[in-house]
Amino acid sequence: MTDNAIQVRELTKTFGEGRSFLGRERHVVRAVDGISLALRSGETLAVVGESGSGKSTLARMLVGLEEPTSGEMFIAGRDAAGLRRRGPRAFGKIVQYVFQDPVASLNPRRTIQDILEVPLKLLNGYDAGRRRARMTELLDAVHMPADTLNRYPHEFSGGQAQRIAIARALAAEAQILILDEPVSALDVSVQAQVLLLLQDLKRRFGLSYLLISHDLAVVEAISDRVAVMLLGKVVEEAPVQEVFARPQNAYTRQLIASAPKLRASE
Amino acid sequence: MSAYILKRLLSIIPVLFGLSIIVFLVMSMIPGDPAIAILGSYATPENVERINRDLGLDKPLVQQYFIWIGNVVQGDFGRSFALNRPVLDEVLERFRATLILAGVALVLCSVMGLIAGVISAVRQFGWADKAITFVVLAGISMPSFWLGLILILLFAVRWRLLPASGMYAIYGGGDLKDLLLHLILPASTLAVVAAGVIARLTRAAMLEVLRQDFVRTARAKGLPERQVIYRHAFRAALVGVIPVIGIQAGFVLGGAVYIETVFQWPGIGAMLVKAISTRDILLVQGGVLIVASSHVLFNLAADVVQTMLDPRIRA
Amino acid sequence: MTVATSSGPTPAGSRNQVSAWRLLLNNRLAAVGLVLLSLLVLVALLAPLLPLPDPDATAPAERLQPVLSQGHLLGTDQLGRDILSRLTWGSRVSMAVGFAATLVAAAIGSTIGLVSGYAGGRTDNLMMRGVDMLMAFPYILLALAIVAALGPGLMNALYAIAIVNIPFFARNVRGVTLGLSHAEFVDAARLSGKGHLSIITTEVLPNVLPVIVITMSTTAGWMILETAGLSFLGLGAQPPQADLGSMLGEGRAQLFTAPQVSIVPGVMIFLIVISLNVLGDGIRDVLDPRLRSGALLRPGPRTEVHSDRAQPANGFPSAVLNVEGLETGFVRNGHYSSAVKAVSLHLHPGECLGLIGESGSGKSVTALSIMGLVNSPPGVIRNGGIYLHGDDVHSMPDTRLISCRGSRVAYIFQDPLTTLHPMHTIGRQVEEAISAHQRLDRRALQERSVALLERVGIRDARERAKHYPHQLSGGQRQRVGIAMALANDPDVIVADEPTTALDVTVQAQILGLLKELRRERGMALLFITHDFGVVAEICDRVAVMKDGVVVETGPTQELLADPQHDYTKRLIACVPEIGRGSDFLARVRSVFDAGNKP
Repeated sequence: MTDNAIQVRELTKTFGEGRSFLGRERHVVRAVDGISLALRSGETLAVVGESGSGKSTLARMLVGLEEPTSGEMFIAGRDAAGLRRRGPRAFGKIVQYVFQDPVASLNPRRTIQDILEVPLKLLNGYDAGRRRARMTELLDAVHMPADTLNRYPHEFSGGQAQRIAIARALAAEAQILILDEPVSALDVSVQAQVLLLLQDLKRRFGLSYLLISHDLAVVEAISDRVAVMLLGKVVEEAPVQEVFARPQNAYTRQLIASAPKLRASE
Repeated sequence: MSAYILKRLLSIIPVLFGLSIIVFLVMSMIPGDPAIAILGSYATPENVERINRDLGLDKPLVQQYFIWIGNVVQGDFGRSFALNRPVLDEVLERFRATLILAGVALVLCSVMGLIAGVISAVRQFGWADKAITFVVLAGISMPSFWLGLILILLFAVRWRLLPASGMYAIYGGGDLKDLLLHLILPASTLAVVAAGVIARLTRAAMLEVLRQDFVRTARAKGLPERQVIYRHAFRAALVGVIPVIGIQAGFVLGGAVYIETVFQWPGIGAMLVKAISTRDILLVQGGVLIVASSHVLFNLAADVVQTMLDPRIRA
Repeated sequence: MTVATSSGPTPAGSRNQVSAWRLLLNNRLAAVGLVLLSLLVLVALLAPLLPLPDPDATAPAERLQPVLSQGHLLGTDQLGRDILSRLTWGSRVSMAVGFAATLVAAAIGSTIGLVSGYAGGRTDNLMMRGVDMLMAFPYILLALAIVAALGPGLMNALYAIAIVNIPFFARNVRGVTLGLSHAEFVDAARLSGKGHLSIITTEVLPNVLPVIVITMSTTAGWMILETAGLSFLGLGAQPPQADLGSMLGEGRAQLFTAPQVSIVPGVMIFLIVISLNVLGDGIRDVLDPRLRSGALLRPGPRTEVHSDRAQPANGFPSAVLNVEGLETGFVRNGHYSSAVKAVSLHLHPGECLGLIGESGSGKSVTALSIMGLVNSPPGVIRNGGIYLHGDDVHSMPDTRLISCRGSRVAYIFQDPLTTLHPMHTIGRQVEEAISAHQRLDRRALQERSVALLERVGIRDARERAKHYPHQLSGGQRQRVGIAMALANDPDVIVADEPTTALDVTVQAQILGLLKELRRERGMALLFITHDFGVVAEICDRVAVMKDGVVVETGPTQELLADPQHDYTKRLIACVPEIGRGSDFLARVRSVFDAGNKP
């Protein structure tokens, strides 16, 4: 248990339960249907699936943005139900989130300094001087110039904005990062650089990643283990080489076969 | 579709219930003793007490409400003390006149607004757009009662083309032609503001829709511009404009208050203004409730039309 | 990818916030409104200091003097009071009440909207039902009822008008807040440790503020009109106090003998309200980013072609489609900037050419320029010739160009949900594609359309034809898009990122379908994409675009295996590929390390 950064058991999330105004039963969607998973400390676990597979709902539950309908979650060994009772700060200190659309994840009307200061102040309780120093360090870590601080999000490209968003996630000094399609909104050359950055940061700060993605090639490049999701369930879970070399599940095989390849099969 | 309409009809019951509560509460906020207003100089303490008992005003508010609403449901809105006749009779008689005026104005403003808006959008920045934009801007910036006065001055007093006031001529008349002649000025005045609002919204909606991807698809298919605009763009824009027409029905019904006063149209608006100044509370209560309920029905109709046009909402 | 994004994000925000005033003043009408309004407000504020007679001093001997009479510039009213003086003091009252009502309604309505939109769920439901209830009353009627209850008087009129306008603020603000409360930056702020109150005030409110300001500027005019209206009916200002409405009401009795008594205050109301409305429109245009980026310009039926474009000769007469030296750009705020610079491409009959590039490379603009589908304004084809079977497309008259669209060159677009008309059945949309170019009776039309839908792999096509786009899955919708493109057996199909919005398994099916159709019908395909994997699957040749220029063209396998241009090399190196595992990062690292060396 202590070796696991995240451990979930029988996690389920349903939407649309209850009855409508006229008493008719509503359509219930099981977005996540009894999932058990573990993210080991220091590893990158990829959760792969297509739209509607429930992978994003899973990710949102792991940081407390969504409440599970049933099941257990332990984050850094602590019970998530207890964390939730203590409010969002308790979550924010141990697990952080990187969003798919970097531009949408930064408030257009606040400077980068405003955005980065919040976790330093509210989660870590640093004073103004320490905050200033930390912000410079963080921007340096994500290869952004120091004059970034006084600028607004729209002044940056998608790739730069994602670096800033990663810096914000790091500012919380949490050891676990949930990466929700962190590169799928970016152009390929930018995507490669961000993946490289994520790999370096992981080594440097000893992080654990849970990577949500639909792109098998990206997953193969940076993860240690893979879980394949279909309709709210995990259909296959194995180390990365194994999944790609010997996929067990029919759906996994279909996914791999569907991915476009650069060279016609030789 | 009919199931949907039935569902929507059922859903207005709580709205009507809420309306009645608001009307009741607003009227019960009236300071001073209604009995004194009714009795005037006959307001001896004994008389006041008797009236209060007769009207049920000595009971708690909640009980008063249920007595009132119970009577209303049975068609008993009480008696107007100033006119000394049942409120419902007076209200329905007046409401008929208002419906004629507001109905004609609503049709007028919808047709004019939609046409002006589409022309304005399609000919953006052309002379027609500029002229329409100017007229619309002037129209929505003008007090309607003032416009009414000016129209009376011009058309009735100076040029003697149209009657200045009333619904029918006092001597003779009384036929449809007479009614229409009397309608022209008040209905146009009432329609001006609403037409302006609808025209602006139609223009904006058309311009927005014309930029959308499915319009480009229609063009890529090789459809002539006329079809692109009317079959594709206008259809989609209309869905956004119809709820606005529903809201405008409210402005037209409300605006009738001014117009009826200016043109001495024997409608419910003029009646309300008089009833307020004579503190004829039951008459005000009944009138407001009937007009507001009809407004709810108007909006329901707009909703249903919108749903018929847009398959996405039907689900 | 849309034209708007590919033409590069227009910098907005801080710099433009500073120049918001500038923008407002650039709008001539708004500037006039601002000047007029300032003047009126100034006069109203200075009323006590101006050399005006007492507005309430009656002088029966001098009653109903005409305009421009001695000592009374605007004449006198029925009691001999000076109209100019009463007008000035009355405007003061009317504006004060109107603006105060606006502020009250904005404060209460916005708070309701913020709380309701942010909280969502049951709170939202309850609050909005209440607001709906207020909206259920015809606008003025509720104000009347409130005044009836509170008794006539100016303050009561103010309350009534403020209450009646609360729903407009509540609904507008709630709508925006609802969207924002699910925004990723709000989630991010929550994870950064912010509480609800702090999120509402520091994250949501700054983004809602423009909406509040816009609503204030558009409703202030109404509120002044409504205040005047209540006073006109005798329910607002009570004598001897006068606002513009009560002046009008009192003057009504003299309408036939001395019309100026009622016309003059009406003109004043009109001036105040029109200046407010014009200014409000200007403010809305400045604060609404959609309007600023020219999103509300009416696009013409074809892209504008610059009158003295350079038109290179047709270098590939055998090609079915040949693009020579195409330059397309956008005119924004009077400045032209090009999105595509000198692109030349050709497409042989039956060939599939891939056009690949990153966002902003100009690939979609190139695709849309071919048949003049770039929205104009702001798009302009500045230079170049586009030869379809040797005829220059942009020299064709409108009717000829339109008749070529769909019949000779058909398009398939990226997101089939937004590119199909949401209110027409898919069957009808396919029929329309056919009937635009072929005269068939209804029955034959239907048969053709069902056959086409069957051909692109839609099961139960006859039944499905009656469905609307939103009832289909993404893959099925794209099949409908393909069916429409096939309707007239075009020589060329331009497919603009047709699989980008789809899942990989669906993408594979659609690519398979396109390959099959191409083999079967021998049509040429111009395939726009950002994905090298997709190019490798389907294209014979590929052209790589960067910053509006084609940097390299070649047969697909050759170009992928041995790219010549530095940009292409780097781009291909950055594409992660299944089967390479973690080598990928090592390769990328070497690419960027090499790039960083001087």
